[in-house]
Amino acid sequence: MSFWDTFRIAVLALRKNKMRAILTVLGVVIGIAAVTTIVSIGEGAHRLVQSEFKTLGTNVILIFPTYDNSGGVRGERQASLSSTDADAIVRDCREVVAASPLVWTGGQVIYGNDNWNAKTMMGVGENYLTVRNWDLEAGSFFGRGDIEASSKVCVIGQTLIKELFRTSNPIGASIRVNSVPFRVIGILDAKGAGLDGSDQDDVLLMPHTTVRKRINGTAFDEVHGIMASAREVSTMGAATSEIKQLLLQRHKIDDEEKADFQVQDTTEIASALTMITGTLTAMLSAIAGISLVVGGVGIMNIMLVSVTERTREIGIRMAIGARGRDILRQFLLESVLLSCLGGLIGLSLGTALSMAAATAINTYKPDLEWPMVISIPAALVAMGFAAAVGMFFGYYPARRASRLDPIDALRYE
Amino acid sequence: MSEALIQLRDVRRVYEVGEMEVHALRSVDLEIQAGEYVALIGPSGSGKSTLMNTLGCLDRPSHGSYLLGGEEITTMNRDERAAIRNRRLGFVFQNFNLLQRTSAMENVELPLMYAAKMTSKQRHEQAEKMLSLVGLGDRLDHHPSQLSGGQQQRVAIARALVNEPSILMGDEPTGNLDSKTSRDVIRLFRELNQTQRITVILVTHDANVARNADRIIVLRDGEIVEDTDDFEHAKRALEVAPL
Repeated sequence: MSFWDTFRIAVLALRKNKMRAILTVLGVVIGIAAVTTIVSIGEGAHRLVQSEFKTLGTNVILIFPTYDNSGGVRGERQASLSSTDADAIVRDCREVVAASPLVWTGGQVIYGNDNWNAKTMMGVGENYLTVRNWDLEAGSFFGRGDIEASSKVCVIGQTLIKELFRTSNPIGASIRVNSVPFRVIGILDAKGAGLDGSDQDDVLLMPHTTVRKRINGTAFDEVHGIMASAREVSTMGAATSEIKQLLLQRHKIDDEEKADFQVQDTTEIASALTMITGTLTAMLSAIAGISLVVGGVGIMNIMLVSVTERTREIGIRMAIGARGRDILRQFLLESVLLSCLGGLIGLSLGTALSMAAATAINTYKPDLEWPMVISIPAALVAMGFAAAVGMFFGYYPARRASRLDPIDALRYE
Repeated sequence: MSEALIQLRDVRRVYEVGEMEVHALRSVDLEIQAGEYVALIGPSGSGKSTLMNTLGCLDRPSHGSYLLGGEEITTMNRDERAAIRNRRLGFVFQNFNLLQRTSAMENVELPLMYAAKMTSKQRHEQAEKMLSLVGLGDRLDHHPSQLSGGQQQRVAIARALVNEPSILMGDEPTGNLDSKTSRDVIRLFRELNQTQRITVILVTHDANVARNADRIIVLRDGEIVEDTDDFEHAKRALEVAPL
């Protein structure tokens, strides 16, 4: 019997029992819908991570001090990174375009009668905006002279304008940071939410020397980190190792294991985050996949009932010349059709669900800009999986049908 | 004499029911020539259904040889026998055995689907021809439930004939029909036998069917006890148990 005839017979058989067909495939529908939704959300998270790293700068390298813990006692905190390290990196590492020291601080920002606790208050070098691939909306950034003179000038993010200045022009205004007066000289472009959903525009940037001396009150040239940017994403590996070699040499350390700093590039962090989202997606998909197996068992159950119900039909077909494999194919195709039907419904449902999820996330957290992802390969894999479930669980009932004795089958009431 | 269409040599069929052995056919030797019209009669349990299933290649004898058109059936596997059924045999059953919720046309087309390649247009034409032959040319799209018993049996006969088999087998083909439609069906068998030279083999309880046959074979306890062209002989053999 030709495939087309077999197909037609299978479709007719399913149409005779529409309700039963729908109920039978419910398990597969739920399984495929769940997998599709989870994969779509996982893929969305993945894209989000990637696009966030683009706003951070895909070529950013971070250097942090590490402290020697040998002997079980946390050693004297020593200034392992200094701003001269940052200068040296720019000067000596050919693959590095720019580098900026980072000095954290915190506290209250006061303007007139308003005050605000900015999330990020940081001392940076004159190259910071180059490193971060960030621009000014208005005004100017502080230069080398301001750094050397520890000038009391600052550049503010968009959130501070909203919170402190509202309508008045902040450029040239005087604000107080932990009671030290600063003059606002520039405004940063809006950057939106960061990876963790936090506001990247809630930021106040000052010369690192000013923060260290006037706010933190440290005498030594000690920085909390250095941020550098490589010439290109492709040469980040080279830039990273250049920085490592340079700092080892500068800090007079022979053994790389004993380095008093660590160098991370954002691709590493990005891939770590991607791995986490990927693992989560895979795990949840596997759990949803269990529903597929349950759905498959449901199909097998109904196909067994169907074979018993249609014993006589099978007998008739055999009497007029159907071979075992004709019967096998007929029932196998029927169960594969069933599961593919379930797959198709599940796929539509899953797509609708992931669209709803994306919409919900974007309504709840608009600045995340959660991407809606419909993956064609994932859809194909889901359909393939549904077909495989039908094939696997339909085989036993179909084989049973094909093995019936024609005489017994004809006599069956 | 030319080789017979059907040749049975010492055919036996033993069923094992638990510990017991049931001898449905003890030893049957039989030859049927092409174009014959044969009735198999006998009381219940005489083995006529088993003989019919054997002749119809649905069952395989436990012992002996069955040559159909020169081909040995007993050594064939399931699929080979299915192909023989499809190509050379047409079946008509007591309860018609049509597929429900399937049109007359599609029922008749079914054997063609399992046969060699044929376009669906050719199939339609052939099925339509057969339904017209049995006088149902105007009922092509009717489902079995929309047809009377006699009409259903005609559809079944059309289905049996559609592959142009050499043998038409009927298992109590009039068993579920009233006497008038029975007569029509019998007439149809006779006509097919005479005009198309189709070999007809019928199992029956119906005296009218048996009387109409050219040759009557009487079975009792798994053996042929009479093989005659005279219905009265056969009737006597049925009534009197041979000693």
